[in-house]
Amino acid sequence: MTDQKTEQEQEKETVSIVVDGKPVEAKPGELVIAAAERQGVYIPRFCYHPRMRPVAMCRMCLVEIETPKGFMLQPACYIPVKPDMQVITTSAKVKKAQDGVLEFLLINHPLDCPVCDKGGECPLQDQTLAYGPGESRFVEEKRHFAKPIPLSALVDIDRERCIQCDRCTRFAEEVAGDPLIEFIGRADELEVNTFPDHPFASYFSGNTVQICPVGALLARPYRFKARPWDLEQVESTCTSCAFGCRVAVQSSSNALTRYIGIDSDPVNHGWLCDMGRFDFEAVNSADRLGKPLMRKPGAEGDEDELVQVSWGEALGAAADEIERARSVHGPGAVAVIGGARLPNEDAYAWAKLAKAVIGTDNVDAQLGDGLPAELVLGLPRASIDDACSAPAVILLGPDLKEELPVLFLRLRGAAINRDMPIVELAPQRSGMSRYCRTTLAYRPGEAAALARALVEGSESDVAGVSAGAIAQARELLEEGAVVVLGRPSLAESAESIAAAAGALAKLPGVRFLPALRRANVMGALDMGMAPGVLPGRVGLAEGRDWFSGAWGAVPPSRGLDAAGILAAAAEGRIQCLVLLGADPVSDFPDRQLARRALAGAGSVVALDTFLNPSSRHATVVLPVASYAERSGTTTNIEGRITRLGQKVVPPGVARPDWMIAVELGARLGDDLGVESLEDLWDEIERLAPSHAGVTRAMLADRRHRDGVVAPIADGRGPDAPPSGAAAPDTGASETGTTEDGAIEELKIIDPMGTPGLLATAAQGVPATGVAAADPRDLGSAGHGDGGPRPPLLAFSAPTDYTPPGVDAYSLRLVAHRTLYGKATLVQNAPSLAHLAAPATARANPHDLERLIAGGGSRLRVRSRRGALVLEVVADAGVPRGSISIPFNAVGADAGELIDATRPVAEVRVETP
Amino acid sequence: MALYPRPRSALIPVLHLAQEQDGYLTEDAMVHIGELLDITAAEVYGTASFYDMFFREPVGRHLISICTNVACMINGAYELVDHAEKTLGIKADTTTADGEFTLEEFECLALCDKAPCLTVNWRFFGPVTNQDFDRLVDDLRAGRLADVVPPHGTLCRVRRTVGLPAQVPFPGREGDPMKKPVRDGDGVGAAAGAPAPPVDKRTPGERVAEGQQPAREGAVPQVDESAAQILGPEGTDTGPTAGGSRAGGGT
Ligand code: SF4
Ligand code: SF4
Ligand code: FES
Ligand code: FES
Repeated sequence: MTDQKTEQEQEKETVSIVVDGKPVEAKPGELVIAAAERQGVYIPRFCYHPRMRPVAMCRMCLVEIETPKGFMLQPACYIPVKPDMQVITTSAKVKKAQDGVLEFLLINHPLDCPVCDKGGECPLQDQTLAYGPGESRFVEEKRHFAKPIPLSALVDIDRERCIQCDRCTRFAEEVAGDPLIEFIGRADELEVNTFPDHPFASYFSGNTVQICPVGALLARPYRFKARPWDLEQVESTCTSCAFGCRVAVQSSSNALTRYIGIDSDPVNHGWLCDMGRFDFEAVNSADRLGKPLMRKPGAEGDEDELVQVSWGEALGAAADEIERARSVHGPGAVAVIGGARLPNEDAYAWAKLAKAVIGTDNVDAQLGDGLPAELVLGLPRASIDDACSAPAVILLGPDLKEELPVLFLRLRGAAINRDMPIVELAPQRSGMSRYCRTTLAYRPGEAAALARALVEGSESDVAGVSAGAIAQARELLEEGAVVVLGRPSLAESAESIAAAAGALAKLPGVRFLPALRRANVMGALDMGMAPGVLPGRVGLAEGRDWFSGAWGAVPPSRGLDAAGILAAAAEGRIQCLVLLGADPVSDFPDRQLARRALAGAGSVVALDTFLNPSSRHATVVLPVASYAERSGTTTNIEGRITRLGQKVVPPGVARPDWMIAVELGARLGDDLGVESLEDLWDEIERLAPSHAGVTRAMLADRRHRDGVVAPIADGRGPDAPPSGAAAPDTGASETGTTEDGAIEELKIIDPMGTPGLLATAAQGVPATGVAAADPRDLGSAGHGDGGPRPPLLAFSAPTDYTPPGVDAYSLRLVAHRTLYGKATLVQNAPSLAHLAAPATARANPHDLERLIAGGGSRLRVRSRRGALVLEVVADAGVPRGSISIPFNAVGADAGELIDATRPVAEVRVETP
Repeated sequence: MALYPRPRSALIPVLHLAQEQDGYLTEDAMVHIGELLDITAAEVYGTASFYDMFFREPVGRHLISICTNVACMINGAYELVDHAEKTLGIKADTTTADGEFTLEEFECLALCDKAPCLTVNWRFFGPVTNQDFDRLVDDLRAGRLADVVPPHGTLCRVRRTVGLPAQVPFPGREGDPMKKPVRDGDGVGAAAGAPAPPVDKRTPGERVAEGQQPAREGAVPQVDESAAQILGPEGTDTGPTAGGSRAGGGT
């Protein structure tokens, strides 16, 4: 959705055409097939996909269009509307063309529907039935190929079934930018394939399976798992990263079978990355925690071990640990790390438990891999669409292809289709660099200086970037920009990036799109899961009165962030450490500190779905329901709140995090005052200023199926309703009724665009999520008891930051994530786990020559924290003076080298 | 590559160069070309596999392509193929054990008026009788046609030696450079004494021999339009040093 003005302008300019005698208003340049579809005239198609350029490959969409020579058959997917165009879609001629095309397409089709994954949701089946001749004159032998061969580790192809629609190959090139599959050969030998031994190793390969209109492309994790008519589905949002792609979660017999991307216009355009698509396997994993565990002395003096206990015992023990720490050492001796995995409601419940009941502000949903909460919440926020329609984008963040893959797709699309300039500030080349107008490779640790130069101009080189390059980049930014802000390297401190953000905030009219990747991290921060903030993007000081009134108490002063908590724990100052789905031993940049912290904390209470390197050391482990096992809401990077659907039941007795918070609250002598998710959301809506007006009714309304961007008060969210429309008129649409008013707002989903969606939906399974609107809708009128609603956090420039001096003997470390790493979900999804690679260092060829003068390919990399021996390869994308090591690789990685107290990690390198 | 608006536009010419060098397109060559042109190997492969003139397996020194399209078929192309298979002792689409000949069936070679016709290393012969075919094979084996038939893979023996932007008029040629370039003969040097196969009245070899000149611009007017001439592909031009060009290929 573009902003309102342009939409109105577009609305005015319409082209009138006539389809089957009925007048149709079309947008200028719109394709006949799309214009007709909006009016409910469905023209069959295979190759046309609403999110890709038309190619008119399949000829299924032939219709009669009037030309100077009379009516002629033309492909509706390729012809743009012209004023007064006459289109006929139902004539005998059209019917004959459809018959012919289908008979032709079936000449070589094996018709093995009974053993085909697509059978039951197959556009070829459906359209053959609806538009086909019913029989074929073709008696000759069909063409034969070896049955499924792998295109990649995740996708197989059955070339016999392919109808050569060019959707997959177009997607690979046009959308993903990974043209690794191509049409090979010609005519009856044409096949979709890769170059020999160059697999279709794209992070987006699963989308080709989703859009293939036949069963030619097959997702290995789904193959032969279910039949479409056995599937149930619920609409939800992917939380494998914070981009918030909309998905249909599909299951069969209480096991997840697959995810399908839903076309959410403001977010994912129907695409998913392969991590998000296939990590459902982890939810099904047999290793999931299903029972509470407690550490007990082993038999006959063996080591302590985790043994299964009842919920009662486990909760009692956890409450005891918290209580002991609090009463003996004060509330500050309790700390909570994590919360980004939690839906909003659960994060709120835990924020309330920690801050109001326990009384500690040592709470952090980020693991030292994000940015200060006050900064993220206070910066003027841009939406994803804002970023993609901006005059320019400044990218100062992680490699988006690795961390927020579908954001990468969106920005890549804007860079290519709109020629939008992207100015990348990065310590090394990223997957995005190719599409950036310029990449300013700065010396790690000196982002702020470069940002300042970008804003103010510079006569001399800055941070290793030439004055000329800076001047050129400045020209690109003259008409304003959106900054995509995150951590370019985990070896460079958050303070450095915060200072850079402070500098960039001086650009006139600039807005920021946070590029934090951890699941619902934005929702957790909104809910107050960070030191110094309270729910609703409110500072501790500003919100003190309001929340003291509502909650009874708030912590007296700002607490510690994750780094502070872990440092305190390592020194023995944290008596009880609660890990809320967090694994600091794997995810905190300074891994050594994380290990010392876990050893030094008095006790560790972990809420998790798996035993991971951190929860393995816990005193009490509480099993929780994971994604797709519970409902709730989640918030993406732009602040869009969408609903999560439940499709399967959790293993064993695992339960949602919020229930555990409520139970612990009760045991700590304080009732959280909530009994359900609905209660929680109502309280959030009432108390959290940023969420005021975002009622359950609004979220459940079909008109808001793409979610609601908070806050709605400033009317800026693309979905912001007209003022006052928030609460009252939503009762009728709670079930997604197809009343006229509601359906007009609904986006048409092309059944051939995403074949797996409608076939399953046809089974009549309604989308669920947060329980439907409550008649006693609270509206936005509710108030706490503490006086006026506190103001939202405003941006305040962070304190200045001085980069360290250059040390000629060291290399600066750049630590980046890759999509597939040692993260719990990936490692527990068998299809993905083996894609994670061990760490390899990359260095500039010039440096490398010097470093391994004696030959060989291994290096010892040493920092103040530790040492690693790694394979090293030359990569000109790494500037001289730096060395790049992945952070989340399986086995030892950059985390061993990073010192959280240093602004940038410096390493010495020697041959081992 | 500098001749083209985008590097990938150079794909087909570069593929021809690679094929001229190796006789066919090796996987290494395709990967390398991808790197050169900043496209993926799959894109190179997709294009290479589309065209019948690109080979992905080794090909014999002489590639004999017999047209089996309509006009030639009516004039006995399949009989010629049968005969060729017997003479060479191989099936179509295979190569003789000694690596001398590869035989293939081809679609219309655009020499329909001389049906049935064939090409050897993309040089035309037609109409071809069974006897003609045997003589042709003998001559090829004996190297008597070396001047007429360049090594397999050679598109044009004449090379552009300076990088001309595509729009600059060709030196020595008047008129509009955008007009279809005149086809230049490729037979360089005299085929002295070479007993050309008795195809047509004037074989390409004879024609060249008669002309005593490479069929350059000046010679063009003599060429009858549908001639069974040894044709360079359109657009490959001789450039200023055409007359003194080296024999291409095999290098
Ligand atoms: S594999 Fe599927 S998507 Fe790809 S060209 Fe064939 S039919 Fe189309
Ligand atoms: S980009 Fe993020 S939200 Fe989208 S599918 Fe991938 S992991 Fe999920
Ligand atoms: S040609 Fe129009 S949908 Fe394929
Ligand atoms: S049919 Fe043989 S050359 Fe045209």
